Amino acid sequence: MHDDAAIRIDGLVKHYGGPDGIRAVDGIDLDVGRAEIFGLLGPNGAGKTTTIGVCTTRVFATAGRVLVHGVDVDTDPALAKRFIGVVTQYNTLDRSCTAWENLYFHARYFGLPRSAARRRADELLERFRLADRRDAMPDELSGGMAQRLQVARAISHGPAVLFLDEPTAGLDPQSRLALWAIVRQLRDEGTAVFLTTHNMLEAEELCGRVAIIDHGKILQCDTPEVLRRSTGAETVIDLRVDGSRDTLAESLGRLPHVTSVAETPDGLRLLTSSRENMLQQVVEAARGHAIADISVREPTLETVFIELTGRALRD
Amino acid sequence: MTEGARAGDRRAAVYARAVIGLVARDLRVLRRDFAPFLLRTVMNPIMFVFVFAYLFPKIGEGFHGGAGNTSFGTILVPGLVAVGMIFQGIAAVALPLVNEFGRTREIEDRLMAPIPIGMVAVEKIVFGSIQSLLAALVVFPVVYIIPATPVDVHVEHWTLLIAVLLLASLISGAFGLVIGTIFRPQRVPLIFSTIVIPITFLGCVYYPWALLAPLRWLQVLVLVNPVVYISEALRAALTPGVPHMPPAAFLSAILVVLAGLTLAGMHFFLRRVTS
Repeated sequence: MHDDAAIRIDGLVKHYGGPDGIRAVDGIDLDVGRAEIFGLLGPNGAGKTTTIGVCTTRVFATAGRVLVHGVDVDTDPALAKRFIGVVTQYNTLDRSCTAWENLYFHARYFGLPRSAARRRADELLERFRLADRRDAMPDELSGGMAQRLQVARAISHGPAVLFLDEPTAGLDPQSRLALWAIVRQLRDEGTAVFLTTHNMLEAEELCGRVAIIDHGKILQCDTPEVLRRSTGAETVIDLRVDGSRDTLAESLGRLPHVTSVAETPDGLRLLTSSRENMLQQVVEAARGHAIADISVREPTLETVFIELTGRALRD
Repeated sequence: MTEGARAGDRRAAVYARAVIGLVARDLRVLRRDFAPFLLRTVMNPIMFVFVFAYLFPKIGEGFHGGAGNTSFGTILVPGLVAVGMIFQGIAAVALPLVNEFGRTREIEDRLMAPIPIGMVAVEKIVFGSIQSLLAALVVFPVVYIIPATPVDVHVEHWTLLIAVLLLASLISGAFGLVIGTIFRPQRVPLIFSTIVIPITFLGCVYYPWALLAPLRWLQVLVLVNPVVYISEALRAALTPGVPHMPPAAFLSAILVVLAGLTLAGMHFFLRRVTS
Protein backbone atom coordinates (compact mmCIF):
# COMPACT_ATOMS: atom_id res chain seq x y z
CA MET A 1 0.00 0.00 0.00
CA HIS A 2 1.35 3.42 -0.87
CA ASP A 3 0.40 6.62 0.80
CA ASP A 4 1.93 10.06 0.57
CA ALA A 5 1.33 11.04 4.17
CA ALA A 6 3.73 9.88 6.88
CA ILE A 7 0.74 9.50 9.18
CA ARG A 8 -2.92 9.41 8.14
CA ILE A 9 -5.53 9.33 10.89
CA ASP A 10 -9.15 8.85 9.81
CA GLY A 11 -12.07 9.10 12.22
CA LEU A 12 -10.04 7.82 15.17
CA VAL A 13 -12.09 7.00 18.26
CA LYS A 14 -10.88 5.39 21.46
CA HIS A 15 -13.21 4.62 24.35
CA TYR A 16 -12.00 3.09 27.58
CA GLY A 17 -14.38 0.96 29.62
CA GLY A 18 -17.18 0.32 27.12
CA PRO A 19 -19.52 2.68 25.28
CA ASP A 20 -20.36 4.64 28.44
CA GLY A 21 -16.74 4.89 29.54
CA ILE A 22 -14.13 7.54 28.91
CA ARG A 23 -13.97 8.91 25.38
CA ALA A 24 -10.22 9.51 25.33
CA VAL A 25 -10.16 10.20 21.60
CA ASP A 26 -13.43 11.28 20.05
CA GLY A 27 -13.17 11.37 16.27
CA ILE A 28 -9.82 12.66 15.05
CA ASP A 29 -8.75 13.19 11.44
CA LEU A 30 -5.17 14.24 10.74
CA ASP A 31 -2.54 14.00 8.05
CA VAL A 32 1.12 14.46 8.81
CA GLY A 33 3.42 15.00 5.87
CA ARG A 34 6.89 13.60 5.35
CA ALA A 35 9.62 15.85 6.70
CA GLU A 36 7.14 17.79 8.81
CA ILE A 37 7.21 18.56 12.51
CA PHE A 38 3.62 18.25 13.62
CA GLY A 39 2.51 19.17 17.12
CA LEU A 40 -0.50 18.01 19.07
CA LEU A 41 -1.12 20.73 21.62
CA GLY A 42 -3.49 20.32 24.52
CA PRO A 43 -3.82 20.02 28.28
CA ASN A 44 -3.22 16.81 30.20
CA GLY A 45 -5.98 14.32 29.55
CA ALA A 46 -6.88 15.80 26.16
CA GLY A 47 -6.17 12.54 24.33
CA LYS A 48 -2.64 13.25 23.11
CA THR A 49 -0.95 10.20 24.58
CA THR A 50 -3.81 7.92 23.55
CA THR A 51 -3.48 9.17 19.98
CA ILE A 52 0.24 8.40 20.02
CA GLY A 53 -0.54 5.04 21.62
CA VAL A 54 -2.79 4.09 18.70
CA CYS A 55 -0.28 5.33 16.11
CA THR A 56 2.49 3.31 17.73
CA THR A 57 0.41 0.08 17.79
CA ARG A 58 0.02 -0.09 21.54
CA VAL A 59 -3.56 1.11 21.95
CA PHE A 60 -6.32 -0.52 19.92
CA ALA A 61 -8.69 1.97 18.32
CA THR A 62 -12.41 1.66 19.02
CA ALA A 63 -13.12 3.01 15.53
CA GLY A 64 -11.28 4.66 12.68
CA ARG A 65 -8.04 3.90 10.94
CA VAL A 66 -4.41 4.95 11.29
CA LEU A 67 -1.81 4.49 8.57
CA VAL A 68 1.84 5.04 9.37
CA HIS A 69 4.06 5.14 6.29
CA GLY A 70 1.08 3.64 4.47
CA VAL A 71 0.79 0.65 6.83
CA ASP A 72 -2.37 0.06 8.84
CA VAL A 73 -1.20 -0.07 12.46
CA ASP A 74 -4.15 -2.21 13.48
CA THR A 75 -3.96 -4.94 10.87
CA ASP A 76 -0.17 -5.16 10.63
CA PRO A 77 1.48 -3.71 13.74
CA ALA A 78 4.70 -5.68 13.29
CA LEU A 79 5.25 -4.17 9.83
CA ALA A 80 4.23 -0.68 10.97
CA LYS A 81 6.79 -0.81 13.78
CA ARG A 82 9.60 -1.01 11.21
CA PHE A 83 8.89 2.62 10.34
CA ILE A 84 8.22 3.95 13.83
CA GLY A 85 10.53 5.44 16.42
CA VAL A 86 9.06 6.36 19.83
CA VAL A 87 10.14 8.42 22.78
CA THR A 88 7.60 8.12 25.58
CA GLN A 89 6.95 10.52 28.42
CA TYR A 90 8.91 8.30 30.76
CA ASN A 91 12.55 7.33 30.81
CA THR A 92 12.30 3.82 29.42
CA LEU A 93 16.02 3.27 28.91
CA ASP A 94 17.08 -0.30 29.58
CA ARG A 95 18.46 -0.02 33.12
CA SER A 96 20.45 -3.24 32.83
CA CYS A 97 22.42 -1.95 29.84
CA THR A 98 24.93 0.87 29.34
CA ALA A 99 24.21 3.92 27.19
CA TRP A 100 26.09 2.30 24.29
CA GLU A 101 24.31 -1.03 24.76
CA ASN A 102 20.92 0.69 24.72
CA LEU A 103 21.71 1.91 21.21
CA TYR A 104 23.44 -1.26 20.10
CA PHE A 105 20.69 -3.69 21.11
CA HIS A 106 17.94 -1.46 19.75
CA ALA A 107 19.68 -1.58 16.38
CA ARG A 108 19.94 -5.36 16.71
CA TYR A 109 16.19 -5.65 17.38
CA PHE A 110 15.73 -3.90 14.04
CA GLY A 111 17.92 -6.37 12.27
CA LEU A 112 21.22 -4.57 11.94
CA PRO A 113 24.10 -7.03 11.85
CA ARG A 114 26.50 -6.86 14.79
CA SER A 115 29.20 -4.76 13.16
CA ALA A 116 26.70 -2.29 11.68
CA ALA A 117 24.90 -2.01 15.02
CA ARG A 118 28.21 -1.28 16.73
CA ARG A 119 29.01 1.44 14.22
CA ARG A 120 25.54 2.92 14.57
CA ALA A 121 25.80 3.04 18.37
CA ASP A 122 29.20 4.76 18.13
CA GLU A 123 27.93 7.32 15.60
CA LEU A 124 24.84 8.15 17.61
CA LEU A 125 26.76 8.63 20.86
CA GLU A 126 29.04 11.01 19.01
CA ARG A 127 26.19 12.87 17.31
CA PHE A 128 24.17 13.27 20.50
CA ARG A 129 27.23 14.37 22.49
CA LEU A 130 27.13 11.33 24.73
CA ALA A 131 30.41 9.73 23.68
CA ASP A 132 32.01 10.36 27.05
CA ARG A 133 29.09 8.63 28.79
CA ARG A 134 29.34 5.54 26.62
CA ASP A 135 29.62 3.07 29.51
CA ALA A 136 27.35 4.92 31.94
CA MET A 137 24.24 3.13 33.15
CA PRO A 138 20.97 5.03 32.47
CA ASP A 139 20.51 5.90 36.14
CA GLU A 140 23.83 7.75 36.08
CA LEU A 141 22.71 10.11 33.30
CA SER A 142 21.19 13.56 33.85
CA GLY A 143 17.62 14.16 32.65
CA GLY A 144 18.79 15.94 29.51
CA MET A 145 21.31 13.23 28.66
CA ALA A 146 18.80 10.44 29.23
CA GLN A 147 16.33 12.20 26.95
CA ARG A 148 18.97 12.65 24.23
CA LEU A 149 19.85 8.99 24.54
CA GLN A 150 16.19 8.04 24.20
CA VAL A 151 15.88 10.09 21.03
CA ALA A 152 19.12 8.61 19.71
CA ARG A 153 17.79 5.14 20.39
CA ALA A 154 14.44 5.88 18.78
CA ILE A 155 16.08 6.96 15.50
CA SER A 156 18.82 4.35 15.40
CA HIS A 157 16.90 2.21 12.91
CA GLY A 158 16.15 5.19 10.69
CA PRO A 159 12.37 5.37 11.21
CA ALA A 160 10.19 7.26 8.74
CA VAL A 161 8.16 8.71 11.61
CA LEU A 162 9.38 9.73 15.03
CA PHE A 163 6.81 10.02 17.83
CA LEU A 164 7.75 12.21 20.77
CA ASP A 165 5.37 12.29 23.71
CA GLU A 166 6.01 15.44 25.75
CA PRO A 167 9.67 15.32 24.76
CA THR A 168 10.89 18.27 26.80
CA ALA A 169 8.67 18.02 29.88
CA GLY A 170 10.91 18.26 32.91
CA LEU A 171 14.00 19.34 30.97
CA ASP A 172 16.00 22.44 31.82
CA PRO A 173 15.87 25.27 29.22
CA GLN A 174 19.28 24.43 27.80
CA SER A 175 18.44 20.75 27.28
CA ARG A 176 15.14 21.80 25.76
CA LEU A 177 16.86 23.97 23.17
CA ALA A 178 19.36 21.19 22.42
CA LEU A 179 16.52 18.76 21.84
CA TRP A 180 14.70 21.19 19.56
CA ALA A 181 17.85 21.51 17.47
CA ILE A 182 18.01 17.73 17.14
CA VAL A 183 14.36 17.48 16.16
CA ARG A 184 14.79 20.15 13.46
CA GLN A 185 17.81 18.36 12.11
CA LEU A 186 15.86 15.10 11.89
CA ARG A 187 13.12 16.86 9.97
CA ASP A 188 15.71 18.29 7.60
CA GLU A 189 16.94 14.76 6.99
CA GLY A 190 13.44 13.71 5.96
CA THR A 191 11.98 12.24 9.16
CA ALA A 192 8.39 13.12 9.99
CA VAL A 193 8.12 14.14 13.63
CA PHE A 194 4.84 13.88 15.51
CA LEU A 195 5.02 15.35 18.96
CA THR A 196 2.65 16.09 21.78
CA THR A 197 3.14 18.98 24.08
CA HIS A 198 1.31 21.17 26.51
CA ASN A 199 4.07 23.72 26.15
CA MET A 200 2.98 26.69 24.08
CA LEU A 201 6.43 27.86 23.18
CA GLU A 202 7.43 24.41 22.01
CA ALA A 203 4.46 24.24 19.69
CA GLU A 204 5.12 27.74 18.31
CA GLU A 205 8.86 27.50 17.88
CA LEU A 206 9.26 23.95 16.71
CA CYS A 207 6.20 22.82 14.82
CA GLY A 208 5.36 23.44 11.19
CA ARG A 209 1.73 22.73 11.98
CA VAL A 210 -0.14 22.44 15.24
CA ALA A 211 -3.41 20.75 16.06
CA ILE A 212 -5.14 21.99 19.18
CA ILE A 213 -6.80 19.10 20.98
CA ASP A 214 -9.16 19.08 23.92
CA HIS A 215 -11.52 16.39 25.24
CA GLY A 216 -10.39 14.03 22.48
CA LYS A 217 -11.33 16.38 19.65
CA ILE A 218 -9.22 18.50 17.31
CA LEU A 219 -10.41 22.08 17.67
CA GLN A 220 -8.18 23.64 15.06
CA CYS A 221 -5.19 22.66 12.96
CA ASP A 222 -2.86 24.93 11.04
CA THR A 223 0.52 26.64 11.13
CA PRO A 224 1.22 28.48 14.40
CA GLU A 225 1.14 31.79 12.49
CA VAL A 226 -2.31 31.21 11.01
CA LEU A 227 -3.63 29.93 14.35
CA ARG A 228 -2.39 33.04 16.14
CA ARG A 229 -4.05 35.29 13.60
CA SER A 230 -7.28 33.32 13.75
CA THR A 231 -8.23 34.86 17.08
CA GLY A 232 -8.59 38.28 15.52
CA ALA A 233 -6.95 39.64 18.64
CA GLU A 234 -4.30 42.33 18.42
CA THR A 235 -3.36 42.37 22.05
CA VAL A 236 -3.58 40.20 25.10
CA ILE A 237 -3.91 41.94 28.44
CA ASP A 238 -3.30 39.94 31.59
CA LEU A 239 -4.53 41.30 34.89
CA ARG A 240 -3.44 39.93 38.22
CA VAL A 241 -6.33 40.57 40.59
CA ASP A 242 -6.44 40.20 44.35
CA GLY A 243 -9.90 39.48 45.68
CA SER A 244 -13.19 39.23 43.76
CA ARG A 245 -13.22 39.55 39.98
CA ASP A 246 -16.85 38.85 39.06
CA THR A 247 -18.05 42.39 38.56
CA LEU A 248 -14.69 43.32 37.08
CA ALA A 249 -15.02 40.72 34.33
CA GLU A 250 -18.41 42.14 33.48
CA SER A 251 -17.36 45.76 33.28
CA LEU A 252 -14.25 44.91 31.27
CA GLY A 253 -16.33 42.85 28.88
CA ARG A 254 -18.42 45.93 28.09
CA LEU A 255 -15.41 47.95 26.92
CA PRO A 256 -15.17 48.60 23.18
CA HIS A 257 -12.68 46.36 21.31
CA VAL A 258 -12.58 43.77 24.08
CA THR A 259 -13.39 40.52 22.30
CA SER A 260 -13.17 38.14 25.24
CA VAL A 261 -12.57 37.95 28.97
CA ALA A 262 -11.33 34.71 30.50
CA GLU A 263 -10.44 33.66 34.01
CA THR A 264 -6.83 32.76 34.71
CA PRO A 265 -5.56 31.19 37.95
CA ASP A 266 -4.65 34.58 39.44
CA GLY A 267 -6.82 37.00 37.52
CA LEU A 268 -8.32 37.76 34.12
CA ARG A 269 -7.16 37.74 30.53
CA LEU A 270 -8.59 40.09 27.91
CA LEU A 271 -8.31 39.82 24.18
CA THR A 272 -8.70 43.07 22.33
CA SER A 273 -9.05 43.86 18.67
CA SER A 274 -7.29 47.21 19.01
CA ARG A 275 -4.16 48.49 20.72
CA GLU A 276 -5.18 52.15 20.90
CA ASN A 277 -5.71 53.41 24.44
CA MET A 278 -6.64 49.97 25.60
CA LEU A 279 -4.50 50.02 28.69
CA GLN A 280 -5.92 53.32 29.83
CA GLN A 281 -9.51 52.13 29.38
CA VAL A 282 -8.81 48.93 31.24
CA VAL A 283 -7.26 50.76 34.16
CA GLU A 284 -10.26 53.10 34.33
CA ALA A 285 -12.74 50.25 34.22
CA ALA A 286 -10.86 48.40 36.93
CA ARG A 287 -10.95 51.27 39.36
CA GLY A 288 -12.03 50.06 42.78
CA HIS A 289 -10.60 46.56 42.24
CA ALA A 290 -7.30 45.36 43.64
CA ILE A 291 -5.20 45.07 40.50
CA ALA A 292 -1.76 43.77 41.43
CA ASP A 293 -0.26 43.70 37.96
CA ILE A 294 -1.09 44.34 34.31
CA SER A 295 0.84 43.03 31.31
CA VAL A 296 0.26 43.60 27.61
CA ARG A 297 1.55 41.29 24.89
CA GLU A 298 1.00 39.81 21.46
CA PRO A 299 -1.37 36.86 21.14
CA THR A 300 0.19 33.38 21.33
CA LEU A 301 -1.08 29.88 20.77
CA GLU A 302 -2.23 29.98 24.35
CA THR A 303 -4.51 32.82 23.38
CA VAL A 304 -5.93 30.62 20.67
CA PHE A 305 -6.44 27.82 23.12
CA ILE A 306 -8.28 30.05 25.56
CA GLU A 307 -10.44 31.39 22.73
CA LEU A 308 -11.36 27.89 21.73
CA THR A 309 -11.90 26.33 25.12
CA GLY A 310 -12.48 29.20 27.51
CA ARG A 311 -9.73 27.77 29.70
CA ALA A 312 -6.03 28.41 30.18
CA LEU A 313 -3.58 25.75 29.17
CA ARG A 314 -1.52 24.84 32.17
CA ASP A 315 2.21 24.45 31.66
CA MET B 1 19.53 5.74 6.01
CA THR B 2 19.53 2.38 7.69
CA GLU B 3 20.55 -1.19 7.15
CA GLY B 4 17.74 -2.27 9.48
CA ALA B 5 14.39 -3.84 8.67
CA ARG B 6 12.90 -2.36 5.46
CA ALA B 7 9.46 -2.67 3.98
CA GLY B 8 10.45 -5.38 1.53
CA ASP B 9 12.34 -7.62 3.96
CA ARG B 10 10.91 -11.05 4.48
CA ARG B 11 8.92 -11.31 7.66
CA ALA B 12 10.49 -14.52 8.96
CA ALA B 13 13.97 -13.04 8.57
CA VAL B 14 13.02 -9.80 10.33
CA TYR B 15 11.43 -11.69 13.20
CA ALA B 16 14.37 -14.06 13.55
CA ARG B 17 16.90 -11.22 13.66
CA ALA B 18 14.82 -9.30 16.21
CA VAL B 19 14.49 -12.32 18.50
CA ILE B 20 18.21 -13.03 18.19
CA GLY B 21 18.75 -9.41 19.23
CA LEU B 22 16.49 -9.87 22.28
CA VAL B 23 18.36 -13.03 23.28
CA ALA B 24 21.71 -11.30 22.76
CA ARG B 25 20.57 -8.53 25.09
CA ASP B 26 19.48 -11.00 27.76
CA LEU B 27 22.76 -12.95 27.44
CA ARG B 28 24.73 -9.74 27.89
CA VAL B 29 22.81 -8.92 31.06
CA LEU B 30 23.18 -12.49 32.37
CA ARG B 31 26.91 -12.43 31.70
CA ARG B 32 27.25 -9.17 33.58
CA ASP B 33 25.19 -10.53 36.47
CA PHE B 34 26.67 -14.01 36.52
CA ALA B 35 27.92 -13.87 40.11
CA PRO B 36 24.49 -12.91 41.49
CA PHE B 37 22.98 -15.62 39.28
CA LEU B 38 25.27 -18.25 40.84
CA LEU B 39 24.66 -17.02 44.37
CA ARG B 40 20.88 -16.98 44.14
CA THR B 41 20.96 -20.40 42.49
CA VAL B 42 23.24 -22.33 44.81
CA MET B 43 22.59 -20.88 48.26
CA ASN B 44 19.29 -22.64 48.91
CA PRO B 45 20.43 -26.13 47.82
CA ILE B 46 23.83 -25.79 49.52
CA MET B 47 22.27 -24.84 52.84
CA PHE B 48 19.60 -27.45 52.56
CA VAL B 49 21.81 -30.40 51.71
CA PHE B 50 24.47 -29.22 54.11
CA VAL B 51 22.11 -29.22 57.09
CA PHE B 52 19.89 -32.18 56.27
CA ALA B 53 22.19 -34.50 54.33
CA TYR B 54 25.57 -33.65 55.87
CA LEU B 55 25.13 -32.08 59.29
CA PHE B 56 22.23 -34.21 60.55
CA PRO B 57 23.87 -37.56 59.71
CA LYS B 58 27.12 -36.32 61.31
CA ILE B 59 25.45 -35.30 64.57
CA GLY B 60 23.32 -38.41 64.70
CA GLU B 61 19.95 -36.93 63.78
CA GLY B 62 18.10 -39.80 62.15
CA PHE B 63 16.33 -37.58 59.65
CA HIS B 64 15.42 -38.96 56.26
CA GLY B 65 12.70 -38.92 53.70
CA GLY B 66 11.36 -42.26 54.89
CA ALA B 67 11.66 -44.25 51.68
CA GLY B 68 13.02 -47.57 52.95
CA ASN B 69 16.79 -47.55 53.06
CA THR B 70 17.15 -44.70 50.60
CA SER B 71 19.30 -41.87 51.97
CA PHE B 72 17.76 -38.45 52.41
CA GLY B 73 20.49 -37.14 50.11
CA THR B 74 19.12 -39.31 47.31
CA ILE B 75 15.58 -38.07 47.90
CA LEU B 76 16.78 -34.48 47.81
CA VAL B 77 18.74 -34.58 44.54
CA PRO B 78 15.78 -34.43 42.11
CA GLY B 79 13.73 -32.27 44.47
CA LEU B 80 16.33 -29.57 44.92
CA VAL B 81 17.16 -29.56 41.20
CA ALA B 82 13.43 -29.07 40.56
CA VAL B 83 13.24 -26.16 43.01
CA GLY B 84 16.43 -24.65 41.59
CA MET B 85 14.90 -24.74 38.13
CA ILE B 86 11.50 -23.33 39.03
CA PHE B 87 13.06 -20.62 41.19
CA GLN B 88 15.00 -19.38 38.15
CA GLY B 89 11.72 -18.70 36.40
CA ILE B 90 10.84 -16.33 39.21
CA ALA B 91 14.29 -14.78 39.58
CA ALA B 92 15.13 -14.49 35.88
CA VAL B 93 11.73 -13.70 34.38
CA ALA B 94 9.20 -12.63 37.01
CA LEU B 95 11.23 -10.24 39.16
CA PRO B 96 12.76 -8.28 36.24
CA LEU B 97 9.35 -8.16 34.51
CA VAL B 98 7.58 -6.78 37.57
CA ASN B 99 9.97 -3.83 37.52
CA GLU B 100 10.02 -3.42 33.77
CA PHE B 101 6.24 -3.17 33.73
CA GLY B 102 5.60 -1.32 36.92
CA ARG B 103 8.50 0.97 37.67
CA THR B 104 10.84 1.68 34.82
CA ARG B 105 8.70 0.63 31.85
CA GLU B 106 11.99 -0.28 30.26
CA ILE B 107 10.36 -3.14 28.39
CA GLU B 108 8.89 -0.46 26.08
CA ASP B 109 11.83 -0.46 23.73
CA ARG B 110 11.66 -4.21 23.21
CA LEU B 111 7.90 -4.01 22.64
CA MET B 112 8.56 -1.61 19.77
CA ALA B 113 10.82 -4.12 18.00
CA PRO B 114 9.39 -4.96 14.55
CA ILE B 115 7.76 -8.21 15.68
CA PRO B 116 4.36 -9.19 17.08
CA ILE B 117 4.33 -8.28 20.77
CA GLY B 118 3.62 -11.88 21.78
CA MET B 119 7.07 -12.83 20.53
CA VAL B 120 8.62 -10.63 23.20
CA ALA B 121 6.76 -12.74 25.78
CA VAL B 122 7.86 -15.97 24.11
CA GLU B 123 11.47 -14.79 24.18
CA LYS B 124 11.06 -14.18 27.92
CA ILE B 125 9.89 -17.78 28.38
CA VAL B 126 12.70 -19.18 26.26
CA PHE B 127 15.40 -17.16 27.95
CA GLY B 128 13.98 -18.05 31.37
CA SER B 129 14.18 -21.70 30.37
CA ILE B 130 17.84 -21.31 29.35
CA GLN B 131 18.63 -19.91 32.80
CA SER B 132 16.58 -22.69 34.35
CA LEU B 133 18.69 -25.32 32.55
CA LEU B 134 21.86 -23.55 33.67
CA ALA B 135 20.52 -23.65 37.22
CA ALA B 136 19.97 -27.41 36.95
CA LEU B 137 23.58 -27.84 35.83
CA VAL B 138 24.82 -25.74 38.75
CA VAL B 139 22.61 -27.29 41.43
CA PHE B 140 23.17 -30.93 40.49
CA PRO B 141 26.87 -31.21 41.47
CA VAL B 142 26.17 -29.34 44.71
CA VAL B 143 23.45 -31.72 45.87
CA TYR B 144 25.37 -34.72 44.58
CA ILE B 145 28.66 -34.02 46.34
CA ILE B 146 27.78 -32.47 49.72
CA PRO B 147 25.70 -35.22 51.42
CA ALA B 148 27.57 -37.36 54.00
CA THR B 149 25.50 -40.44 53.21
CA PRO B 150 25.66 -42.19 49.80
CA VAL B 151 23.64 -40.60 47.02
CA ASP B 152 22.26 -43.12 44.59
CA VAL B 153 21.86 -41.48 41.18
CA HIS B 154 21.74 -43.32 37.92
CA VAL B 155 20.18 -42.43 34.62
CA GLU B 156 18.48 -45.29 32.84
CA HIS B 157 16.86 -43.29 30.07
CA TRP B 158 18.79 -40.28 28.88
CA THR B 159 16.01 -39.30 26.51
CA LEU B 160 13.61 -39.16 29.45
CA LEU B 161 16.05 -37.00 31.43
CA ILE B 162 16.57 -34.61 28.54
CA ALA B 163 12.85 -34.39 27.79
CA VAL B 164 12.06 -33.77 31.45
CA LEU B 165 14.75 -31.09 31.78
CA LEU B 166 13.57 -29.27 28.67
CA LEU B 167 9.91 -29.36 29.66
CA ALA B 168 10.68 -28.37 33.24
CA SER B 169 12.79 -25.44 32.09
CA LEU B 170 9.97 -24.20 29.83
CA ILE B 171 7.49 -24.50 32.70
CA SER B 172 9.86 -22.44 34.78
CA GLY B 173 9.98 -19.69 32.12
CA ALA B 174 6.20 -19.71 31.60
CA PHE B 175 5.58 -19.72 35.35
CA GLY B 176 7.89 -16.71 35.66
CA LEU B 177 5.94 -14.92 32.93
CA VAL B 178 2.64 -15.49 34.75
CA ILE B 179 4.01 -14.30 38.09
CA GLY B 180 5.80 -11.35 36.50
CA THR B 181 2.68 -10.12 34.74
CA ILE B 182 0.26 -10.36 37.66
CA PHE B 183 2.31 -8.92 40.54
CA ARG B 184 2.84 -5.19 41.09
CA PRO B 185 6.23 -3.92 42.30
CA GLN B 186 4.99 -3.15 45.80
CA ARG B 187 3.76 -6.74 46.17
CA VAL B 188 7.05 -8.45 45.35
CA PRO B 189 7.68 -9.72 48.91
CA LEU B 190 4.38 -11.59 48.59
CA ILE B 191 5.82 -13.60 45.70
CA PHE B 192 8.12 -15.28 48.19
CA SER B 193 5.65 -15.87 50.98
CA THR B 194 2.63 -16.82 48.89
CA ILE B 195 4.26 -18.57 45.94
CA VAL B 196 7.84 -19.69 46.47
CA ILE B 197 7.51 -21.09 49.97
CA PRO B 198 4.29 -23.11 49.50
CA ILE B 199 5.26 -24.55 46.13
CA THR B 200 8.64 -25.57 47.53
CA PHE B 201 7.44 -27.12 50.76
CA LEU B 202 4.47 -28.78 49.10
CA GLY B 203 6.33 -29.66 45.91
CA CYS B 204 7.37 -33.24 46.79
CA VAL B 205 10.88 -31.84 47.02
CA TYR B 206 11.80 -33.38 50.37
CA TYR B 207 9.63 -36.51 50.05
CA PRO B 208 8.35 -38.57 47.13
CA TRP B 209 4.69 -38.08 46.22
CA ALA B 210 3.87 -41.77 46.84
CA LEU B 211 4.80 -41.40 50.51
CA LEU B 212 2.00 -38.90 51.05
CA ALA B 213 -0.47 -41.83 50.78
CA PRO B 214 -1.39 -41.77 54.49
CA LEU B 215 -2.53 -38.16 54.03
CA ARG B 216 -4.75 -38.73 51.03
CA TRP B 217 -6.25 -35.21 51.06
CA LEU B 218 -2.78 -33.69 50.90
CA GLN B 219 -1.65 -36.12 48.25
CA VAL B 220 -4.55 -34.96 46.07
CA LEU B 221 -4.20 -31.29 47.00
CA VAL B 222 -0.53 -30.99 46.00
CA LEU B 223 -1.42 -32.06 42.46
CA VAL B 224 -2.21 -28.42 41.68
CA ASN B 225 1.46 -27.59 42.26
CA PRO B 226 3.59 -27.78 39.10
CA VAL B 227 6.75 -28.39 41.15
CA VAL B 228 5.32 -31.79 42.14
CA TYR B 229 5.47 -33.02 38.56
CA ILE B 230 8.94 -31.67 37.99
CA SER B 231 10.24 -33.28 41.20
CA GLU B 232 8.60 -36.58 40.36
CA ALA B 233 9.78 -36.48 36.74
CA LEU B 234 13.36 -35.79 37.80
CA ARG B 235 13.04 -38.54 40.39
CA ALA B 236 12.05 -40.99 37.66
CA ALA B 237 14.92 -39.78 35.47
CA LEU B 238 17.69 -39.48 38.09
CA THR B 239 16.84 -41.75 41.01
CA PRO B 240 14.56 -44.44 39.57
CA GLY B 241 15.07 -46.52 42.75
CA VAL B 242 12.93 -44.04 44.73
CA PRO B 243 9.14 -44.35 44.35
CA HIS B 244 7.85 -41.92 41.70
CA MET B 245 4.84 -41.26 39.51
CA PRO B 246 4.59 -43.25 36.27
CA PRO B 247 6.05 -41.32 33.28
CA ALA B 248 2.73 -41.25 31.44
CA ALA B 249 1.20 -39.44 34.42
CA PHE B 250 3.86 -36.81 34.99
CA LEU B 251 4.51 -36.20 31.29
CA SER B 252 0.87 -35.55 30.50
CA ALA B 253 0.52 -33.38 33.61
CA ILE B 254 3.65 -31.42 32.64
CA LEU B 255 2.31 -30.81 29.12
CA VAL B 256 -1.02 -29.61 30.47
CA VAL B 257 0.67 -27.32 33.01
CA LEU B 258 3.06 -25.97 30.39
CA ALA B 259 0.24 -25.21 27.95
CA GLY B 260 -1.86 -23.60 30.69
CA LEU B 261 0.94 -21.42 32.05
CA THR B 262 2.06 -20.36 28.57
CA LEU B 263 -1.44 -19.33 27.52
CA ALA B 264 -2.09 -17.54 30.79
CA GLY B 265 1.29 -15.79 30.72
CA MET B 266 0.79 -14.61 27.13
CA HIS B 267 -2.71 -13.41 27.92
CA PHE B 268 -1.64 -11.39 30.97
CA PHE B 269 1.39 -10.05 29.12
CA LEU B 270 -0.66 -8.74 26.20
CA ARG B 271 -3.17 -7.25 28.59
CA ARG B 272 -0.43 -5.38 30.42
CA VAL B 273 1.20 -3.87 27.35
CA THR B 274 -1.75 -2.97 25.13
CA SER B 275 -5.06 -1.29 25.79
